[in-house]
Amino acid sequence: MSRARADEEEYWHSSKFRAFTFDDEDDELSQLKESKRAVNSLRDIVDDDDDDLEKVSWSGEPVGRRNRLPSLPSLSDAFSDTGVKNYAPELRRPRAEYKDYSNDWSPRDTVRRMQRGKVCSLERFRSLQDKMVLLDEAVAGHDGNVITAVLIFLKRTLRREVLFRELEVRQVALCHLIHFLKETGEQKLLLDLLRFLDRTEEVALSQYREHLNIQDVEKKREFLKGCIGLPFSAEDISHIQDHYTLLERQIIIETNDRHLAMAGQSEIFRKYPRKASILNMPLVTTLFYSCFYHYTEAEGTFSSPTNLKKTFKIPDKQYVLTALAARAKLRAWEDVDALLTTKNWLGYTKKKAPIGFHRVVEILQRNNAPVQVLQEYVRLVEDVETRLNLATKYKCHDVVIDTYRDLKDRIQLMAYKCKVERGSAEEEKINSLLSNMQIRWKN
Amino acid sequence: MASTARRDAPEPPDFGILKRLARDQLIYLLEQLPGRKDLFIEPDLMSPLDRIANVSVLKQHEVDKLYRVENRPAPSTSDQLCFLVRPRVRTMRYIADIVNADKMSGRSRKYKIIFSPQKFYACEMVLEEEGVFGDVTCDEWSFYLLPLDEDIISMELPEFFRDYFLEGDHRWINSVARALQLLNSLYGPFSRVYGIGRCAKMSYELWRDLEEESENDGQGRKPEIGNIFLMDRDMDYVTALCSQVVYEGLVDDTFRIKCGSVDFGPEVTSSDKSIKVLLNAQDKIFSQIRNEHFSSVFGFLSQKSRNLQAQYDRRQGMDIKQMKNFVSQELKGLKQEHRLLSLHIGACESIMKKKTKQDFQEMIKVEHALLEGFDIRESTSFIEEHIDRQVSPIESLRLMCLLSITENGLIPKDYRSLKTQYLQSYGPEHLLTFHNLKRIGLLTEQAAGETLTAVESRVSKLVTDRAAGKITDAFNSLAKKSNFRAISKKLSLIPRVDGEYNLKMPPDMAYVFSGAYTPLSCKIVEQVLERRGWQGLEEVVRLLNGNEFAMADGAPEDGAGGDAQRVVVAVFLGGCTFSEIAALRFLGKERGCRFIFLTTAITSSARMMEAMAEAKA
Repeated sequence: MSRARADEEEYWHSSKFRAFTFDDEDDELSQLKESKRAVNSLRDIVDDDDDDLEKVSWSGEPVGRRNRLPSLPSLSDAFSDTGVKNYAPELRRPRAEYKDYSNDWSPRDTVRRMQRGKVCSLERFRSLQDKMVLLDEAVAGHDGNVITAVLIFLKRTLRREVLFRELEVRQVALCHLIHFLKETGEQKLLLDLLRFLDRTEEVALSQYREHLNIQDVEKKREFLKGCIGLPFSAEDISHIQDHYTLLERQIIIETNDRHLAMAGQSEIFRKYPRKASILNMPLVTTLFYSCFYHYTEAEGTFSSPTNLKKTFKIPDKQYVLTALAARAKLRAWEDVDALLTTKNWLGYTKKKAPIGFHRVVEILQRNNAPVQVLQEYVRLVEDVETRLNLATKYKCHDVVIDTYRDLKDRIQLMAYKCKVERGSAEEEKINSLLSNMQIRWKN
Repeated sequence: MASTARRDAPEPPDFGILKRLARDQLIYLLEQLPGRKDLFIEPDLMSPLDRIANVSVLKQHEVDKLYRVENRPAPSTSDQLCFLVRPRVRTMRYIADIVNADKMSGRSRKYKIIFSPQKFYACEMVLEEEGVFGDVTCDEWSFYLLPLDEDIISMELPEFFRDYFLEGDHRWINSVARALQLLNSLYGPFSRVYGIGRCAKMSYELWRDLEEESENDGQGRKPEIGNIFLMDRDMDYVTALCSQVVYEGLVDDTFRIKCGSVDFGPEVTSSDKSIKVLLNAQDKIFSQIRNEHFSSVFGFLSQKSRNLQAQYDRRQGMDIKQMKNFVSQELKGLKQEHRLLSLHIGACESIMKKKTKQDFQEMIKVEHALLEGFDIRESTSFIEEHIDRQVSPIESLRLMCLLSITENGLIPKDYRSLKTQYLQSYGPEHLLTFHNLKRIGLLTEQAAGETLTAVESRVSKLVTDRAAGKITDAFNSLAKKSNFRAISKKLSLIPRVDGEYNLKMPPDMAYVFSGAYTPLSCKIVEQVLERRGWQGLEEVVRLLNGNEFAMADGAPEDGAGGDAQRVVVAVFLGGCTFSEIAALRFLGKERGCRFIFLTTAITSSARMMEAMAEAKA
């Protein structure tokens, strides 16, 4: 495929994880020292502690200093004596928690308890007003986990229109519900909600998004066809249309080319076997492919570059850039020449590059174009300094010599003499120029 | 902060305790499922786990086999399965599938889920719906803080950025508040708290709430950290979007530092294998170049190589005894230094090679032009060409975002044409990426016709409490208007330098961007610490959309309070880049104070852009 494309593909999509290695950089001794230091630094904290404080073990049960669980490492022990006890997991529900089911916590206390990870029954919030007070408290508490928990309860106990109506004026809670529905994949409810909110563009995008999960290309194409009628913005509709058309084309091209490649009749496929399928590739990659394998086809065929250019209104610049890269890769220098040649109305030909000749040179050079080819385009680089740089870099001696001559720079020309081979035609050319009395050197 | 006499910055507190706490708790949780068991680990948790425990520790606590949580059925034959996971819906479904498959085949096993750093109600709901609630036991591994280095602590929650800033989900605020509480209880009490941003404010409030009800008031303890500064990532996207040019930032941009370590591939190691290297203050070579501008790094490395050579050369002319001493005492150190030196030289070469290929020089020029606000047309065509040539999709996106933020949105014509070309070059499905970028405010279109301020003032009249919700996206995108140009002017973010900017002996924090731009986030921190609050910064605050706060709880007067008053925790909600870290380290050195970085994750432009893409379910 096109340059670096494969790399980028992987970069962009990669979700692979590296092999699983644990490496232990610390050696035992330094670990020991570190522990000792840690323990010592803790002593102050531990000793300062108010002895009246209730001691809590990992299990959340109050314990005295004496009946600690024997398996606990000393460090965490030290910590359970300080304020850090909040970080101990509540592994078993403390007995105190069971009273949640009977006791009436205020909405605020309910939210606070939930923020601390405690189980709270929400069933007694039955009136709409109670429910909304609870939701507003959750939002005011800033903990998204609790907001979502309340929303799960509301979703279960309210008719959706009622819930939607209430959320319309509660933006923070609304965001949480939308995110929750996205994560749990409740697409239907999500779309209903977005429609209720009149967010038509999001409705369309959210449906379009589903195409990412469709593996089968035929199904995907059908799905995209259906997307064309969705309420996208005027601008996006054309993108969706293009997406559909592109996949449709790719399916046709892929079927044909796979067949061609298998049959082994076509020289180009034999000489340059396809590395990957063209399905689901971007348009520019498809164009590159088409310029590579189907360059000479007539505009009538779906796989021809000109057809693609026309169908997708590919700008000239983009087209030339891509075609150039493809033809240079095949070392089809005549095609490169033709691509950059235009005829005016009098029939004179002229070289023209919408991308700038320095880019042309770069592309050709990357594909190891011979000096004769390269120098023709180096010569056309407009900016003198860039031209000299490129010509020197790629050893296009003729261009360097001519440029210095045009600049009437005798000193540079003389200096360049030592860069060309002894006894070569280039050296001769320099010598003849230097001895040419008709040139008015500037130095 | 002392700005008068230059003092040495205090040493950072010892954060090793945090690792130990996490490890001990994990061990305890594993022991709650006595006997042999297989452990399934969420891929995201592997590197953090790697930093606090190793396989042998797990084995000691009867972990038999290790599996990755992934979308494949698990071949485990153990009677006890333990899952170490992030609280995610999709992971719950994976676990539920395993449990349900066992039920179908009449197999009985014990299952335990350990959530890190906390459990979400939504996860329990999924377990309930799938009919496995009660079949599994759930625990929480309160592993909030992972010290990556002596001055960097990460929450390792890269998803924080997308969850909060794009989806508007507050689920991680509780985790942040608990992390602050933990830090405060171990190294505080913090006497001064500053912050800016909506999330910063909410986190602060929730943390206060937690502190109020905990019995531990920390009185009488000698604090090691006196100040804390909380900042939302959306206060400053520009800095995060710039190409990094300090060494550590470049290494991150080029090779991706993951959880404080990096995999140097064959192109760096000049052998056929990759080497995993821990990058931190313990690496004697790295610690000296990490904060340097890339241009100074070569000189340093070659000087080091010469010194090393000289030390090796001393062997000639040694007698047996001296040689014996040399081998037993110095050789190991020299070899180690040699190994590190050659790795970093290899890394530099590889960076150079990649950057030359990418027209890095030209790209930096464009970035600087965007930051200063000139040659906008030329920059736009540069970006266009970048897209047309199918150079990196991430880089193209990054440059477009930088253009958008610095210009307060793209003009509609440019927006349309760049978007169309982007979709043609990198794939039509990025339509979704563009939508996300618009929602988060990173890549927007200027409103046609009416000037923004006119709309804004009209809208603000409409906004009463009840009506606030009714106003849709249009207002949201206005609210996120970046005002970069005005802020940059107010804070003089573009240094005026006569002659060449001295990168070797930099005069200010702007060196992290070659002297072209002072990172906004760091400048805010500097200004607020200097003023001990927001006085005099009212205009900047207004341009940043407010939500600033400053609290001083019994803060000692100047001079009193000891070293702790010169230690500042800089909290970045939504991620912090290595360039920002380098800039604040520089500031710390200048002002004799020590910055500790607490971030939800280390971030970079690439990570931010990737977070905006839509992936398959």
